[in-house]
Order: sequence, then structure tokens, then C-alpha cells
Amino acid sequence: MMGQIIFFCLFVLAVVIFARNARRIYKNIKLGKAVDRNDRPVERLKLMLLVAFGQKKMFKKPLPALLHLGVYVGFCIINIEMLEIVIDGLFGTHRVFSSLGSIYNGLIYAFEWLAFAVLFSCIIFLIRRNALHIYRFGGRELKNWPKTDANLILIAEILLMTAFLFMNAADFKLQQLNHPSYHHAGAFPVSQFLLPLLPETASTLIGIERFAWWFHIIGVLAFLNYLPISKHLHIILAFPNTYFSKLEPKGKFNNMSAVTEEVKVMLDPSLPPPTGEVSRFGVKDVQDLTWKNLLDAYTCTECGRCTAACPANITGKLLSPRKIMMDTRDRLTEVGQNRAKNGDFQEDNKSLIDTYITREEIWACTTCNACVEACPVNIDPLEIIIGLRQYAVMEESQAPASINAMFSNLENNGAPWKYAQADRANWTNQ
Amino acid sequence: METTFHIPTVAEMTAKGERPDLLFWVGCAGSFDERAQRITKSICKILQHVGIKYAILGTEENCTGDPAKRAGNEFLFQMQAMMNIEVLRGYEITKIVTACPHCFNTLKNEYPNLGGSFEVIHHTQLIQSLIAEGKLKPADGNAFKGKRITYHDPCYLGRANEVYEAPRQVLEVLDADLVELKRCKSNGLCCGAGGAQMFKEPEPGKKDVNVERVEDVIESKATIVAAACPFCMTMLRDGVKAKEIEQEIQVLDVAEITAKANNL
Repeated sequence: MMGQIIFFCLFVLAVVIFARNARRIYKNIKLGKAVDRNDRPVERLKLMLLVAFGQKKMFKKPLPALLHLGVYVGFCIINIEMLEIVIDGLFGTHRVFSSLGSIYNGLIYAFEWLAFAVLFSCIIFLIRRNALHIYRFGGRELKNWPKTDANLILIAEILLMTAFLFMNAADFKLQQLNHPSYHHAGAFPVSQFLLPLLPETASTLIGIERFAWWFHIIGVLAFLNYLPISKHLHIILAFPNTYFSKLEPKGKFNNMSAVTEEVKVMLDPSLPPPTGEVSRFGVKDVQDLTWKNLLDAYTCTECGRCTAACPANITGKLLSPRKIMMDTRDRLTEVGQNRAKNGDFQEDNKSLIDTYITREEIWACTTCNACVEACPVNIDPLEIIIGLRQYAVMEESQAPASINAMFSNLENNGAPWKYAQADRANWTNQ
Repeated sequence: METTFHIPTVAEMTAKGERPDLLFWVGCAGSFDERAQRITKSICKILQHVGIKYAILGTEENCTGDPAKRAGNEFLFQMQAMMNIEVLRGYEITKIVTACPHCFNTLKNEYPNLGGSFEVIHHTQLIQSLIAEGKLKPADGNAFKGKRITYHDPCYLGRANEVYEAPRQVLEVLDADLVELKRCKSNGLCCGAGGAQMFKEPEPGKKDVNVERVEDVIESKATIVAAACPFCMTMLRDGVKAKEIEQEIQVLDVAEITAKANNL
């Protein structure tokens, strides 16, 4: 009974804290500007099923895709086991679903192999991350906390799966000993190999089984609450993020409607002046981004496929699309905390541009869309980079000198180079 | 490479009470850059050869505004766009072909919302359809037969607009030894010129992007790299020069290859 009460308290506490964190993230995302991503729902749903559920873009790199698939399927399916654990915990039952008989045995059989797949994949991931020199796991933005964060997640998953398998092994051994509290249920194709490691006495076995059970469930609840402060939110946000993807061709950039109104008046002074007040052109800080940009930032799991595909990055420039996303998320978190503390946003003399992302980074981009294409969950770092450029150019007139020269050529000659408009068709006579 | 035929402008045609079926949007590079002018002329030869009633805007053409937009100058972009749209609508243009993927992308994707909806195709798509219709056919024993040729995907044609197959199909009819670069199609590597990089020095780094790309070409062992963008053309040629392999690797536009293979 005591166990049930403790379990109940822990469970409620974990859910409440998670809900609070989820609400905080939701509120932060809502700080973004409006953008309509609710059109063409069928197409969106298909895209989500293909890209998030079906992991289509992961398979550009087959080996990590297969390992990741193991973790992903394992994670999803083992959640059925979690349901049983929660019911057992709340009602003091033991393996409550075992009344399903052979179906239950089949399920446990599958869970065992999936747990093994998760364990195996996470070990390979740890080796890839720390021992092998894989380009996307390097980079200046992936030092310190982000590196620790990634390793912590992998270690947590390894520990959880180890606890799960030891729990099953101890249970299995108790079943073999015909212990009255452990009725025959389940199939243990993986954990049977752990039996030689376990003691023979029933009381110690029960201790191990209970410890592993508690470790597993507390671990899962802790992990749930680790998600919002880690890079690991993609396991949830990948789904909405792909659903709300840009459906237009990648090359199509949004036309700023506030500019359209002003340009129309400039070209035709007889038109009435534009009415809408524009607070700011382009992106200085996270509040100037759209909610989708902000959702992108929370969805990013820092895998670095974007950075490894970025022509600027691989030729040694400072730009890293992954860093753009991490900076956006970190600044948004900071702004969110600022608002929570002060009721509303208090000026802190910081901004996404300069404090987080330097001019050198944004001007190194070739707008080639390789980062957008590479992202397995359809994050768009390019839109943020262009927004920052728009702020630098339209609000501050701070562009590299040669870019300013190109602008003035365009204005004066209708071409980015210094050639006279009248000479444009000279080639026809040459 | 002088053209022996007259290249009509829309203004001329209008004066004669005619209208072109197809507007050839030349673009700034195609108009002013000496190397790109050769691509422009190849396209004119192809259009002339197949007898399409086409015209250019000539001095009435203006930059689409693409480099301004990618560099963050939305005002300048929309100014350019609206002026161009006014001209195009004034001449009741319905269909446009262009040799520049940047113009292609901007005209096709970013003009409609500003009031300029046209059918826009890239020259590789036009050539591909002309081949499919049987109007273009490489001569037997054409200059490219058996040559090892690779193709570099321009970002604004490939990833930006998912035109991957048309240029490849154009090369397939040459009976050449076609080979893909290790980074191709949706994984293609940029030449380094997009996003207004064409008009500035690159940021400090350890290598130039076009050199990195030319290394892919070298690895493919191709002797000809086909381009489909005037900026890629410049960047690849500069990369080839930087590597001092001008004797080994030629950079040619898909239109130039087609014109030559058809003895135009």
C-alpha cells in the first residue's frame, strides 16, 4: 500500500511538472508572429506521416537511420509496457496484462528484443559521438553542455533499458523458482541470458526485481521532465513541426506585405499611404520570428545534418545552421524567463543578432537550402538567417560594402553590376 | 561566336502588331557577363532553329531583384519586381523561359503574389521538351559522344524548385559517358554564389566553396562539367582555374552542349 501511495505521488508530481514545462514552452512559441500553416491539411498530414512517423529523411544516411529506427520503435512500443507499469504501480497488481495470455507473451517477447535494439543502438551512438570523428558531432556549438546533454540522454536510455531487462530476468528466475507472487507470464528471449548473473535466493531476487522496477519507472518520469530542458524534445515536437512545414517550393521566400504596400505607394503616389504600422522590418530578436521558427528551435535535436551539408560550414566559415537553431532556442528561453520574472519583457540589452548570432555568420550563407533539405524534421534555419539579414539591411543599413554597392547598381542601372541599362542588349550585335 | 540572325525584341514585335509566344528572359549575367553571353546566344540559336516565335525585352529588362531579396533588401526587390511586372503585363506576356535559375525562381515563385503570374520555365526544361517532341536531335557522332560528362545541380533549380531530371535527360541523348557527382540532386553542393555571395568576397574560412565543388568534379573523373546557371558557370570556372586544370576539365552550359551537339 505504501508503495502505491509513493508511486501515485511521484507519478502526479512528474505529470504536473511536465505540464508546467510544456505550458511554458507553448507560451514561448506563442511569442512568435503569426503565419498561416493550417491550409492543405491532407497534404500536411501525409507529410507528417512520411517525415516524422515514417522517418523518410533519416534514410539519407542508412546506418544511423537504422539504429535510430531501433530506438524510435523501441521507445514507442515499450510505452505499452509503461502503461502496464503505471497500472501495476497504482493498483498494486503485478503484470496486470498477463491475463492476455499468449498475446502478452508475444508482446513481452517483442519488448525484450526492442529493449535490446535500443540498448545496442545507444551504445553505438555513444561510440560514434565520443570516439569516432564524425563531422557533425564536432563544431564549436556542440561543446560543453550540448555535448553533455547528448551523452546524458544516451546514458539514461542505456540505464533504463538495462533496468528493464534486469527486471524481466529477475522476474523470470522467480517464476522458475515457482515463487507464489510471480506467476508464469511473458517470454524472455534476451533477459534469459542475464540469469547466470543473478543470485539464487528468492528474497534477493525480489529485491533486484523491485529495485529495477522502481528504477525504471522513476527513470522514465525523470526523463520526461528532462525533455523540456534538453535538446530531446524532438520525440514529441517532430510531429507538429513536420505537420506545419512550409509546403511551397524551397526557393520561394515570403514577400513582406508591409513592404508591398509602401512600394505600391512609391510607384504610384496617387494611392493612399499604407495604414498598417510596421514595428520592425526583419528579425532583431526572437519576438520578430514566426511561431514556426520558434517551434523549429524547440524541435531541433542538434543532430548536425544541416551543418554537415552547409557549404559555408564545411569550407571553414563561422556559419553553422545548427547553431542558428540552438541560439534561437537559447535566446527564446532567456526571453521567456525574463517575461516570467518581470511580468512582461524587460529590456535586457541583448538580442538574437549580435549577442547570439554574429553578422559574420549571417553573411556567410549562400541560401542554398542544403540545411533545410538535410533536416529530418523539416526545420528551416534559412528563414531565420534571411530575417536577420533583412533587419541588418532595412533597419540598420548594415550590409557588407560590396553588397551595398550591388544594391546601388541595382537601383541605378537595373543590374547588380555597374553596367548601363542602355547596354543591356549590346550582346545581340556582338 | 556571333549570331547570324536577328534577335527580336518584344517592342519591335509589338510595333509590327505581333506578340511573341515565348519571352526569353536573358537576365543580367546573360546580358553583361561575356562568358554567360555565349549561353544566351546558344539558347537563341536553339529557339531560332526550332522556329519558336520568341523575343527578348532588351533594354526594357531589369534585374528580377533576386540578389536584393536574398541579401535582405525587400524594398529594392519589390521595386524591381513591380517594375518588371508592369512591363511584362504591358506586353501581355504569358510564358517565359530563362537561362538563370535565380531569375527562374523569382519570376516563378515570388512574382505571382505581387501581381505577376506567368508560366515560367528554365531553359533546360524547354530543351528537354524540344528533344521529347523530336525537334532537337544530336547529330550522329556528335562532339560529346563517349565523353565523360557530369552535371552540377544549381541550388535554385534543384533543391529550390526540384528540377532534377530535365537537365539530365538533355544530357542523356548525347550518347556520352554520364557520371553523377558524389553530392548530387537534393544533396548537391552549392557552387558558392547563391544568396548574393556572387557580389561579395566570401567570409574567412579554410577554403572557397567553388574549390570544394570542383574537387567533387575531379573525383568524378569527368572531362566536362555541365552547368545550368550563369553564376555556377563563373564559380566552377574559377574553381577549375584555381586548381589549374583548365586543360583537363571544361565547364559548359547544358544549352551550349545542346547547340553544339545539334551543330547549331
